[in-house]
Amino acid sequence: MDAGTRRDFLYVASGALGGVGLAAMAWPFIDQMNPTSATLAAGTTEIDLSPIQVGQQVVFKFRGHPLFVRRRTPAEIAEANAVDVNSLPDPLAYNDNLADNAPATDANRATKPEWLILIGVCTHLGCTPTVSTPQMPQGDYGGWLCHCHGSQYDTAGRIRKGPAPRNLEVPQYAFLSATRVMVG
Amino acid sequence: MRLTTISLATVSLGTLLAFGLLASTPAMALDTTRLAPKDVSFSFEGPFGTYDRGALQRGYQVYKEVCSACHSAQHLAFHNLDEPGGPEFTEAQARALAAAVKVPAGPNDRGETVDDKGTPISRSATLADHLPSPFPNEEAARANNGGALPPDLSMVVKARESGPQYVYSILTGFTAHPPAGFKVIDGKYFNPYFEGWNIGMPPPLKDGTVTYSDGTKATVEQEAHDVVTFLAWASEPKMEERKRFGFGVMVFLILLAGVLYASYRKVWKDAH
Amino acid sequence: MSGPSTYKPNSGFERWLDTRLPLPRLLHDTIHTFPTPRNLNIWYTFGAILTFCLGIQIVTGIVLAMHYVANAGLAFDSVESIMRDVNYGWLIRYMHSNGASMFFLAVYIHMFRGLYYGSYKAPRELIWIIGVLIYVLMMATAFFGYVLPWGQMSFWGATVITNLFSAIPVVGKGIATWLWGDFAVGDATLNRFFSLHYLLPFIIAGVVGLHIWALHVPGNNNPLGIDVKSPQDTVPFHPYYTVKDAFYLTLFVILFAIFVFYAPNFFGNPDNYQQANPLVTPPDIVPEWYLLPFYAMLRSIPNKLMGVIVMAGAMITLVFIPWLDTSRVRSCRFRPLMKQFFWGFAVACVALGYCGSQSVDASVAGIPLVWVARVATFYYYAFFWLIMPIVGLIETPKKIPASIAQSVLGDTAAAPAE
Repeated sequence: MDAGTRRDFLYVASGALGGVGLAAMAWPFIDQMNPTSATLAAGTTEIDLSPIQVGQQVVFKFRGHPLFVRRRTPAEIAEANAVDVNSLPDPLAYNDNLADNAPATDANRATKPEWLILIGVCTHLGCTPTVSTPQMPQGDYGGWLCHCHGSQYDTAGRIRKGPAPRNLEVPQYAFLSATRVMVG
Repeated sequence: MRLTTISLATVSLGTLLAFGLLASTPAMALDTTRLAPKDVSFSFEGPFGTYDRGALQRGYQVYKEVCSACHSAQHLAFHNLDEPGGPEFTEAQARALAAAVKVPAGPNDRGETVDDKGTPISRSATLADHLPSPFPNEEAARANNGGALPPDLSMVVKARESGPQYVYSILTGFTAHPPAGFKVIDGKYFNPYFEGWNIGMPPPLKDGTVTYSDGTKATVEQEAHDVVTFLAWASEPKMEERKRFGFGVMVFLILLAGVLYASYRKVWKDAH
Repeated sequence: MSGPSTYKPNSGFERWLDTRLPLPRLLHDTIHTFPTPRNLNIWYTFGAILTFCLGIQIVTGIVLAMHYVANAGLAFDSVESIMRDVNYGWLIRYMHSNGASMFFLAVYIHMFRGLYYGSYKAPRELIWIIGVLIYVLMMATAFFGYVLPWGQMSFWGATVITNLFSAIPVVGKGIATWLWGDFAVGDATLNRFFSLHYLLPFIIAGVVGLHIWALHVPGNNNPLGIDVKSPQDTVPFHPYYTVKDAFYLTLFVILFAIFVFYAPNFFGNPDNYQQANPLVTPPDIVPEWYLLPFYAMLRSIPNKLMGVIVMAGAMITLVFIPWLDTSRVRSCRFRPLMKQFFWGFAVACVALGYCGSQSVDASVAGIPLVWVARVATFYYYAFFWLIMPIVGLIETPKKIPASIAQSVLGDTAAAPAE
């Protein structure tokens, strides 16, 4: 009886140890599919804001997507502030710097009101929306119009009309100085 | 200075002797097989070896200030400088080291990559950039170095037999004197640790070529030791992780072998 | 011996599965109850070890293929990116490169075991021939794989070996160009080698299936070389050989781990850490160690075409072994004369390997290695075409035990120590 249980314990121990080894060795094969350190290093972009004029948008590349950096006019900022958040199709800020349930006030969309930084990917099916300027207005809300299926965004990048379900995403960013911002 | 004078004297004497010999007897073929590398040891050798952090940081300084003028290290990226297992600069230091280096900038808004004078437009490097090459292509590198191509250094320690010892011997081997009868080719330099003894690289290191910020005395041997450590890391940045992982694996496997051996003996006890 | 299956489904699900796809039955019959001679020694564990090696190479290879780029301008850099940037990429790459060496180490031991114990003799001739096919496929796979990092040795090794085809009269040059897809080894060659390198291991896996299937008809040979005569001669594969294989596999993995973690470039050539340069030939072009004996044969013959024929002939010879050996006795344990020649053959193979690793004009103790290679090549051919047929006829074998059981369980003091 004793020899029997001792033998069984030995076999169970061998099997368990082997299984643990196998599981431990599985991790590298899973982790190798995660982004490489080179990809992670390229995952932040430092942007020089000084050449951007008031009322101008510049598009940068960020993690493979377009990044809209728009220097808003006081009129555009006022227009964004005047909107009642509860009337918006998407009342959440969708800002990676804030909690998920933060409301889509203009302050929650742009920490420095003058600078609106957004991921330029329409939240409907991924096209790049076109920016609206006084010379060439796009859509009715002075922000962006997505030509693929007609989604319209306002001057804070929030969805107002059209099939897109969510506001344009605000990525993680931090100002390094008045003229430099680190995105990602 | 003294070394140069002695070398000059020896080379002159040797040349004179060689002329004398040539005039009187048929030339004797000299075996110019490179000498075996010097027997030096490094902290990273052996199953528990690690890179000396100070040596890595000093070595980067030597690479940056001396070697990078001619040698690229294109497989290294600036973000490797703050990663564990390497020189382990802080992220801020690594950003600063990157910012101190200029890399070719992408096309500007007008699609230009060179300015009006034809100089390539450059920008400061970021952590994502690889260490830039001093020359735009192989032809430019050869043209600037008497026809010889300064090899990329990111893999050089792995790409040579006894890599660390070999590179160390080359760097410290310029002080040797050419033997009688050996003529150094014009534009080349004498180094008996290099195959054929004629090397295209001028002696890169002297005492005090760099001034170390940590106060270490910068002799040729110290500089060579530090840059070889750096280049060894450049070839194998994951070495420390590999040895650490390996230790865990070996302990586990020995345990597993023990348990399986006991099971094996138990199973077979009744069979024989 | 394969006999009627003794599998009994234990649950409703097993019964359901058994009538639709008898996989549990297959596993039960082949690796659970399969009657295996009770006297198998350490040299018989290498079949399981080889299956493990194939698994490792396939898994690590598929993962590497997620990051590798098969383009002449990018391949070398993509491998370095695997080593530096991919999480645990260094581990997976070193497992794959050292795994190939371990794979060949195991296959050579496995083949030498077959030669020593006469496992190639009737009724196991086809197992042996299938095994030779696996060996040739392994060499092709390894050759294609070594080109992929696109280092100096990758490129020049590919150049030398593909140039061999141009030795064939009339069609040789055309075949070489067809293999290259270009006027020399280049990007086109690299891409097709990557495709074939990915394909062949799965062909190998299928052929290994045939190899094991063919084995399970007569069952395993054993160190005594005598047939199984009764159930007393065998034990069920599980737990006796599952645990024995697991133990020896662990020892093998310890050796593998020592290379991967502490000497990962021991088997490699430093020149392969230099990117391929078609304009600069390395001073010595050397294949990986497991191809060195054939490389030495190739270089020992001054004529290019004859060198290719001698090298290829050496591999083809292996197919005929079951019919070249005339001995009635299988195992060299009872063949005192053959045993000596066997060890001579082993020495010849090692000598050939050494010759292949040195430059063509090298000498040792004043003897040019090219002559050592010629003598060793002659011995290689003589061993199979002269010694095997002749010794089988003239040799007086030692007395063979009556049965495995009697040898193992009866008179244990008399069991030979080899």
